[in-house]
Amino acid sequence: MTNSSPYQEDHAAIDESITSRQEVSGFAAIVRTQPFWVFLALVALGVVMSFVSDAFMTERNMFNITRNMAFFGIMALGMSAVICTAGIDLSVGSLVGLTGIVTGLIMRAGYGIELGFLGCMLVAASVGMVNGILIAYLRMPPFVVTLGMLSIVVSLARVVSNNQMIYQFGPDQDLFEWIGGESVLGVPNVVWVLIILTAVFWWVWRFSTWGRWVIAIGGNAHAAKLAGIPVERVVVSVYVVCSLCAGLSAFLFVGYTGSVTNGMGFTWELTVIAATVIGGANLMGGIVFALGAPIGAALIELIRNSLLLAGIPALWQQFFVGLFLILAVLLEQIRNRGGK
Amino acid sequence: MSLLELRSITKNFGAIHALQGVDLDVARGEAVGLMGDNGAGKSTLMKIVAGNFLPTSGEIRIEGNAVEFHKPIDARESGIEIVYQDLALCDNLTAGANVFLGRELKKRLGPFSMLDHAAMYRQAGDLFTELKSETRPRDLVRQMSGGQRQAVAIARTRLSDPKLVLMDEPTAAISVRQVKEVLALIHQLKDTGHAVILVSHRMPDVFEVCDRVAVLRRGAKVADKHISQTTPEEVTGLIIGAIESA
Repeated sequence: MTNSSPYQEDHAAIDESITSRQEVSGFAAIVRTQPFWVFLALVALGVVMSFVSDAFMTERNMFNITRNMAFFGIMALGMSAVICTAGIDLSVGSLVGLTGIVTGLIMRAGYGIELGFLGCMLVAASVGMVNGILIAYLRMPPFVVTLGMLSIVVSLARVVSNNQMIYQFGPDQDLFEWIGGESVLGVPNVVWVLIILTAVFWWVWRFSTWGRWVIAIGGNAHAAKLAGIPVERVVVSVYVVCSLCAGLSAFLFVGYTGSVTNGMGFTWELTVIAATVIGGANLMGGIVFALGAPIGAALIELIRNSLLLAGIPALWQQFFVGLFLILAVLLEQIRNRGGK
Repeated sequence: MSLLELRSITKNFGAIHALQGVDLDVARGEAVGLMGDNGAGKSTLMKIVAGNFLPTSGEIRIEGNAVEFHKPIDARESGIEIVYQDLALCDNLTAGANVFLGRELKKRLGPFSMLDHAAMYRQAGDLFTELKSETRPRDLVRQMSGGQRQAVAIARTRLSDPKLVLMDEPTAAISVRQVKEVLALIHQLKDTGHAVILVSHRMPDVFEVCDRVAVLRRGAKVADKHISQTTPEEVTGLIIGAIESA
């Protein structure tokens, strides 16, 4: 503007006061998230239950709730990553069975816990890799690929186990059962694993390039590709991560129960997906919260526990899990409509 | 020597001949307006330069060296930045995150390398200030106006020091004031020795910033003239075919 008078201010000037501003910040941003509201529901349900049943607020009950939810929470962390890319992994439940059996077989044969863990993770990673390659490179729909994989994995678990239960885990049996079943400082070991993994994922979503890329792919895979992100490789890695989480959960669960059958984990994928969605993941992709996974898993376990303590028949359990799942998605719809 | 030379580029999609031997030269500090009706082959030509697909035959040369772009990242590495018509933004990320998408700034924390959000937001803020756009780097792109989204897409090209900036309809969906800013930016790019290809339907924009105008019709170049030697009327005639060639 060469001909502006000296009295004229540059009304169009853009300075720090604009560029550093943010539409929503700090606490307001947290309040807008799904996990926050689910967390409130969690607290409310807890408060109600502490009046309904004296057994609820006991240390023993809290111990059980947190331990039971941890197995699903760990898997939900991985599922969050898959759902963030607008994908889905239906094979995680049966993968728990297969990896559990593999761990059991290796350890029963006397190879020790290290090899047992390694074998468990290797099988998990391979299954995730096959899922990911079919989805990313051959562009097959995740639903179909992982549904097929569910069936394949169930069958493999039956074949490998020869349809028998495994309850002897060789020389490291004690250590194995301690990891899955015992506690440190009054907190179950599984819960420690969940806490550490949640922290790791929180860091990954916030500060890692990989996390940023996964979120970008969920938002607009085409744009991510044009920006030079190796979309296919990242998608494969996401399915591997999800399967590894399932493998880890299986390793811990077998140690906790002290036995494994090939039916272990069957239909767990439904609970895991429900926990992930209740925790704020959007099946359309692009949204992920590290804290959503444990919060969603906690709500589901809390519902189960509350029904039990309130004397309502366990037959009602699935009904309420389903109800909360639908309510959670409805809540998100309503908030989106209000926000924009 | 020209910065970008396209030599007899053809592209067939099955029986459809989208481009039939197109030549185009762009020099440093030069802006070329690429015009043509829908289906004339503008987008196809731009996608070839951007590395979205290979030409059926023909050659692309950059600073005299023949290059082959198999994917968009190849073109970027050769110094070509593209502002796509659909802008190619991730709605679920902030403006700053979009600017740095695929080339995030990182800092080291012990053995870990982590995203340097502060530096990215600061630099993105500087870029938006430079573009005179009221775009806040920390806001989600989903909440932004057409002009702000455009600013994000353009700011992205400023991260590296590209040799050639390719703009596909950059002024189609933005406010009058922002059109002025985008055109000012193109001038600025030219002054600093960058080459610009502007694909646009807006005649006044092309005549304001471009040095030359190339007109495509049915996959062939029918005119390539200096802006001072032609008129909007003639270009319109060339686009619709009322004038055979010039």
